[in-house]
Amino acid sequence: MANFDKELDARGLNCPLPILRTKKALNDLTGGQTLRVVATDPGAIKDFQAFAKQTGNELVESGEANGEFTFVLRKKA
Amino acid sequence: MTTKKLAIIATKGTLDWGYPPFILASTAAALGYDVQIFFTFYGLQLLRKSLNHLKVTSLGNPGMPMPMPMPVLLQALPGMQSMMTVMMKQKMKSKGVASLEDLRNLCAEADVKMIGCQMTVDLFGFSPSDFIPGIEMGGAATFFEFAGESDICLFM
Repeated sequence: MANFDKELDARGLNCPLPILRTKKALNDLTGGQTLRVVATDPGAIKDFQAFAKQTGNELVESGEANGEFTFVLRKKA
Repeated sequence: MTTKKLAIIATKGTLDWGYPPFILASTAAALGYDVQIFFTFYGLQLLRKSLNHLKVTSLGNPGMPMPMPMPVLLQALPGMQSMMTVMMKQKMKSKGVASLEDLRNLCAEADVKMIGCQMTVDLFGFSPSDFIPGIEMGGAATFFEFAGESDICLFM
């Protein structure tokens, strides 16, 4: 089922921690690998779009269910 | 693509005002910015080894949300400031807001350059051992060397 290479649990964390942890987690991946992030901060939706746009890491998936937001980022090659 | 630069001047030494410089600096670093923060006057408190002494105050700050309405004179009573600080810290923790120490560590890990204002250090009689390691001391000209090339420059 795992269609991602690494997972980050950012639930309960508030701005800017989800983004900072994401950046750190991406450092452990190689280009093309994917990271799945789960967050509960409502500000994360816009922040992850902005993070992807500015860093070149592609936001391949973005979803919301039961007050949790999930994002899948593909690390820039 | 050239690296963008963010320069921040941090001048406040309270728990609440410590957040903006460290939040923006750490986030900008995560976005790939080169970041420098120049800590001057009360902002130097943010470079002390321990940040436990930082407080919030409602005095002169009518925008601070209070759990109940309270006359300003009562807010000035001994112990009130410490009580508000404890309450603020509890609230932040319960909402998943990082501690200032954590954010500062994240900045240091992300190579955010932190510069202490030498003049203020002398003025208040601080010693280099009062501050966290890894910071530099400098003056206004030192700050402008980086700030003059920056894309964003913020005074806080």
